Amino acid sequence: MLEGLSDFPALGQVHDALVNRFRGSVLKSAFEKKELSVRIRKEELLPVLAFLKSERGFNALNDIIALDNHGPAGKSEKRFSLLYQLYKFPDAARIRIVIDVDEDEAVDSIVSVFKSADWTEREVFDMFGIRFSGHPDLRRIYMEDDFDGHPLRKDFPLIGKEAWPSKK
Amino acid sequence: MSDEIDNYPFFLTKADRFITWAQKNSLWPLGSGLACCAIEMIATAASRFDIARFGMELFRASPRQADLFIVAGTVTNKMAPIVRRLWEQMADPKWVVAMGNCAVGGGPFPTYAVLQGVDRVIPVDVYIAGCPPTPQGLLHGLITLQEKIARSHPTMEIFRPDARRTE
Repeated sequence: MLEGLSDFPALGQVHDALVNRFRGSVLKSAFEKKELSVRIRKEELLPVLAFLKSERGFNALNDIIALDNHGPAGKSEKRFSLLYQLYKFPDAARIRIVIDVDEDEAVDSIVSVFKSADWTEREVFDMFGIRFSGHPDLRRIYMEDDFDGHPLRKDFPLIGKEAWPSKK
Repeated sequence: MSDEIDNYPFFLTKADRFITWAQKNSLWPLGSGLACCAIEMIATAASRFDIARFGMELFRASPRQADLFIVAGTVTNKMAPIVRRLWEQMADPKWVVAMGNCAVGGGPFPTYAVLQGVDRVIPVDVYIAGCPPTPQGLLHGLITLQEKIARSHPTMEIFRPDARRTE
């Protein structure tokens, strides 16, 4: 049992069920500031989310958050982290599923589980260049279609890859 | 014959002055706003500042019915082709006001996503600085535009269609 999780039996049960069901795929769990965060192998993403949705009632995907771990400190870890923020109502319980992705790796699209992930994954693709295999329509969503690069990557210069064209 | 004319009031003026008098006092703005500057533009159109005083109260929903484009707000690179297209759809004669620092030159966004001044895609007649400009600022800009229109020579455009824009 994680420290502090005993005060939240419902969330503790979810965590235990997750660890039992996906033994070996749960890499690390953390409970901090009343928030449960579970790091899993990225191959098990779809089954874990489907399990949490159908059997544990986490019926809403609040957000997908991408982190760029680019930099000298993060050399040993993978380039990106993806955080799937799930929500359960009416119980108002939250759980965060974390996976690590490298620059040349694709992630399973979770549109088949949460339809709302469609545009969210497009946003992650647009801003970070993370590919989602199985996504029905993986296009840019914010930037223009012929835009070069992925702006929220830490090695992307703020003013863009090219200097602005000068006025004629 | 001369008796008949004497019965009617008339005055003499130059064609340019008469045409520009009509044009500057019935500017129909395009009802478009791109960001927070649009809120100030709406405030300017509302009763307190009331641009109906200048014959500009008729915000049109279609560029084909408008002759004044107030570019109010940040022009992103993605929006720039649409702004250009709206401007092209407006019938001549037409005027453009760049409202606010963003439309003037990118404002506080020197980034990959923002066009560094709307004059990179369409010709601008009057620039209004401010973030956002107050309604008074916008009114000052619009009055400046009226003065510019009054100085123009629309009859020259009969022979040189681009005369107004290249003066």
